[in-house]
Amino acid sequence: MPVVKAVTCPVCGSLCDDIELTIEDKEIVKVKNGCAMCESKFLNYNGKHRIRKPLIRKDGKLVKATLKEAVRKTAEILAEANYPILYGWSSTSCEATRVGLELAEEVGGVIDNTAVVCHGPSLLSVQEIGISSCTLGQIRHRADLVIYWGSDPWSAHPRHIERYTTFSEGRFERSEWRGYVAKIKASIGRKKIESVLRRLFLKKKPTVPSSYLEGRVCPTISREGRKLIVIDVRRTKSAEMADYFIQVEPNKDYELLQAFRALIRDQELDVDKVAGVPVEYLEEVSDAMVGCNFGALFFGVGLTMSRGKLRNIDAALSLVRDLNTRTKFIIMPMRGHFNVAGANTVSTWQTGYPYAVDFSLGYPRYNPGETSVVDVLMRKESDAALIVASDPVANFPRKAAEHLVENPLVVVDPHMNATAHMADVVLPSAFVGIEASGTAYRMDHVPLPLKRVAEPPRGVLPDEEILRRILSEVRKIKRKKQVAAEAQ
Amino acid sequence: MNENAKLQVTLLTGRTIEQGVGKERGKASMEYMESVSVCYMDPEDLRRLGVKEKANILVSTNYGSVVVKALKSLRTPHPKIIYIPYGPWANVLVDPETHSIGMPSFKGIPAEVEPALDKPLLNMKELLKEQFGKE
Repeated sequence: MPVVKAVTCPVCGSLCDDIELTIEDKEIVKVKNGCAMCESKFLNYNGKHRIRKPLIRKDGKLVKATLKEAVRKTAEILAEANYPILYGWSSTSCEATRVGLELAEEVGGVIDNTAVVCHGPSLLSVQEIGISSCTLGQIRHRADLVIYWGSDPWSAHPRHIERYTTFSEGRFERSEWRGYVAKIKASIGRKKIESVLRRLFLKKKPTVPSSYLEGRVCPTISREGRKLIVIDVRRTKSAEMADYFIQVEPNKDYELLQAFRALIRDQELDVDKVAGVPVEYLEEVSDAMVGCNFGALFFGVGLTMSRGKLRNIDAALSLVRDLNTRTKFIIMPMRGHFNVAGANTVSTWQTGYPYAVDFSLGYPRYNPGETSVVDVLMRKESDAALIVASDPVANFPRKAAEHLVENPLVVVDPHMNATAHMADVVLPSAFVGIEASGTAYRMDHVPLPLKRVAEPPRGVLPDEEILRRILSEVRKIKRKKQVAAEAQ
Repeated sequence: MNENAKLQVTLLTGRTIEQGVGKERGKASMEYMESVSVCYMDPEDLRRLGVKEKANILVSTNYGSVVVKALKSLRTPHPKIIYIPYGPWANVLVDPETHSIGMPSFKGIPAEVEPALDKPLLNMKELLKEQFGKE
């Protein structure tokens, strides 16, 4: 059976490129090195939820149509619209996004990618403050302190810790995997002993502490080697792996970040607690930050989606900038979709702006809050939408999705999803990274090639080709209109 | 069960590994629906509400109400904090306010939880029909 090696996984922003796929009778039958999400994608992508034929809504129901009909209908919708939305782009290739931007310019629409409901605030803050960053390879080999803030890599980027940070075997830093396994074994043993003692002698139920800090003495981070710190509003699986966990009260990350900024400048705080955390815990962490040789702060949407939003990221970027006066420290957003960084990059080199780009005046304008898709929908300004490789009905607040489904809606996606259910035209596409090749950008902005390892269903084209056909059809319609107008 | 029991909580929405696996299997799959139509709660909060695990509960915010299945959190304590994975069920509840920067508020939303044993947990198609009136 042929085995395809070094396949890039098209799931999350970690873009693991060491996946090995075993292929039998043109089907992927085995996935090696992948996480649960990676396996789920490669083994189930061609299942019963696959859209195999284009669909057009007629008399309230989606019915099968030819590709030509569906492309024509899409082009008509976009050409007739005054202010269409072109949204998605983070789960497709850079090449498809490039065509999408050309289409947005042609139809005078607003083009936005999923960063707007993910790390959009991070991009705004980077534009204000700047960012000290590096590649994940440097972190793997050199970082002796790794902090995840508002991020649960175990759930959202399952191999991030193993491939790039604390559990990776670096050239200058050792993996802490064995230490973690020993800690887990000790913890299980301790729980078993406690349980036996309780049942034999005490016969009383364990008391539930109201806080994870209750009855604990502030632990120290004295261990040698790579250290892992997690700061989050919940005790996640990633928090359990950490050497140190800080549970911040919801919506209070900004206070905590500013407290750290004060502490690393050796200033004293006049309070006992910040954001529900005793100051002694914060002092321990700030000592670890200042004392490390190479620190890396990864932040997730826990910071961008809660109160403060971009101001939280301002504080995080400033904290890392301050830390660089004492030691070496970098900061990186944990990008979600596998090519959201690519969508931002392509948009930036084509238009000057990473997301929320408005072409309605004939040139690119960028003003998140005004030209961002959720705001356009909330103001009920758009009159049509093209969604590529995304599911905004399942990802936007209901109020915003309401206006999206009220207007003509076209979906280009390999799978049936909530948005496709509501669409007027559905165009099935090939899975990028499985059935179509292309380029994607990892969260550290390293571009990686996506491989084509299987054939798409008969008649199903990649996003890039579908968009090219729509663009060509839109141009034909506009040319006809222009000729008709000139003849009058 | 205390029929009048209501709990004021803070709603967080976010990722879970089950949601990640479900979405890659297919957004129309049963696995996806089962992974995103749930609400993780502190076991003590479930007790206060007087409901058992896997019972239907009604979660309401200023922006909408939805029935989800209550599950016990594996990692506790986190009293008065509930967690619903991203998806169509969570989106009924989240705050669309973008504070002029494009980003809605998906985390830290004041919410109310009450038992809803007599109310059905809708499937994806039923939920979309209820919320958008479109099939």
